[in-house]
Amino acid sequence: MPNIPEPAPLETPHTPCGACLTHVRNLGVHFHGRTVLENLTFDLRCGEITALVGPNGAGKTTLLRALLGEVPHTGDCHFHGGPGHPHRRLVIGYVPQRLTYDRAAPLSVADLFALSGGPRPVFFGLNASRRIAAHTALAEVDAAHLLNRRLGDLSGGELQRVLLALSLTPEPDLLLLDEPQQGLDAAGMELFHDLVARLRGRFDMAVVLVSHDLASVARVADRVFLLDGKLLAVGTPTELLASPLARQRLGLVNI
Amino acid sequence: MSFLSHFWHQLIGALPWDWAQFHYMQLALLAVLLAAPLFALIGTQVVGLRLVFFSDTLGHAALAGLGVGVIAGLAEPWWAMLVWAVLMALLMTWVQRRSRAGSDTVLGVFLAFSVALGIALLSHRGQTKQLLNYLVGDVLSITGHQLVALAVVLVVTVALALRWFNALSLIGLNASLAGSRGVRVAWVQAGFAVTVAVAVTMVIPWVGLLLINAFLVLPAATARLLARDMRQYLIWTIGLALSSGVGGLISSYYWDTPTGATIVLWATAFYALALLVHPSRLDKTSLNAEPAGAVD
Repeated sequence: MPNIPEPAPLETPHTPCGACLTHVRNLGVHFHGRTVLENLTFDLRCGEITALVGPNGAGKTTLLRALLGEVPHTGDCHFHGGPGHPHRRLVIGYVPQRLTYDRAAPLSVADLFALSGGPRPVFFGLNASRRIAAHTALAEVDAAHLLNRRLGDLSGGELQRVLLALSLTPEPDLLLLDEPQQGLDAAGMELFHDLVARLRGRFDMAVVLVSHDLASVARVADRVFLLDGKLLAVGTPTELLASPLARQRLGLVNI
Repeated sequence: MSFLSHFWHQLIGALPWDWAQFHYMQLALLAVLLAAPLFALIGTQVVGLRLVFFSDTLGHAALAGLGVGVIAGLAEPWWAMLVWAVLMALLMTWVQRRSRAGSDTVLGVFLAFSVALGIALLSHRGQTKQLLNYLVGDVLSITGHQLVALAVVLVVTVALALRWFNALSLIGLNASLAGSRGVRVAWVQAGFAVTVAVAVTMVIPWVGLLLINAFLVLPAATARLLARDMRQYLIWTIGLALSSGVGGLISSYYWDTPTGATIVLWATAFYALALLVHPSRLDKTSLNAEPAGAVD
């Protein structure tokens, strides 16, 4: 195994400029004549964590897939970079709900970075610069020691951190975090959210955090979007927690 | 080309064993040496992408293609098989993407249809002998031209793998993640389906329809029990495919058994050995999650 230098901070650890904006205007998604999302208009600003909450089937994952360009949508989505990179293409980091593999799959964390890093075939291994980049990104999420572990040997929390590190290479303007489907308990989720909150201050990116549980994201979110086919409400976590509409849609018990 | 062929026959003929003196065995050995790495490369992805039943269905689809070729009176019905398999590969990929039914159900329908159509067409023309040949394969049927074609397919597949192996593997883990990394998921999936169709149809006449999928899948399945990362996975798969291919060919000569079946027996023996070496892996092979790409 090649010698790995102590993790240096990423090249661009700076506070977010707050000027990069992703504009979404009148976004809609229709599947086979059925309207899944309609008329969504909002802005995502770098340095902000936006929680996307809503009941099951509200279209949260569909919205992420529309932003990723994976499902066709109506309306516009464009990006205005801040000073220094006004017209750059939007780079999106994405953490999926889950990966599909069996526990015995011959796949290491380093392989995962090699697979995601371009066409250089994974069976040639990570070259030195990519290995260092992977190590550095993993160090950002306290997971540098996992680089040579098999995916099947990771816990749910460890896998989540690895996926987060993966989404930071290359450094994204917009980070989309889908809700992990399994393998994370409440405490694990809290640790993960704290990690996201820490990264938010170190990278120039807007964060979208999907959850069905408003209470769990309330600690870290700056803003909350309540989604159920359309945008029902936008506010701070405190406002949404107090809103009867949100409580009813999310099935929160009124005391 | 004839110089190369002459050189190969001289080279293998110089080996001190009985089997190496026969022209058809010299051709068969070359066929195995070309088919094994080709199938290993494709097999790693078929297993990784959970397309084992898909590739099996493609093999069976070839039977209907053969029937169509015979009915059409083609001198080389193999061409009809190839075209049919490629069309079925694209159709199956498309239906799987659109269908809400379980994909194994859809594939099951394709499989039943292809086998039924193939048997009906071939029996109608009294070609049951040809039917049997394609079911169990005939290593004596290998020609030099087919080997040149197989070599071309191998080179093209290696070139494709150098560019798209990562993309395919990433799709197997999560299609949306692959898409977010710039992979054009539908195109890559369709391209891979066509590659599987071509490779399988090339080798079916020698190994046989019944066993082609075992030869494709078993080395990779065995390698998964032994490898810890993707590099080891590919190396083990190629090694196991070559070992069972060459071992099966030579022992089929001495045991007087069909070559395809003997190769698959070797591959199964390797799988059993790997299970013995790693008994702990068996109970860990439950799937971690359902197929990716679900809408919430």
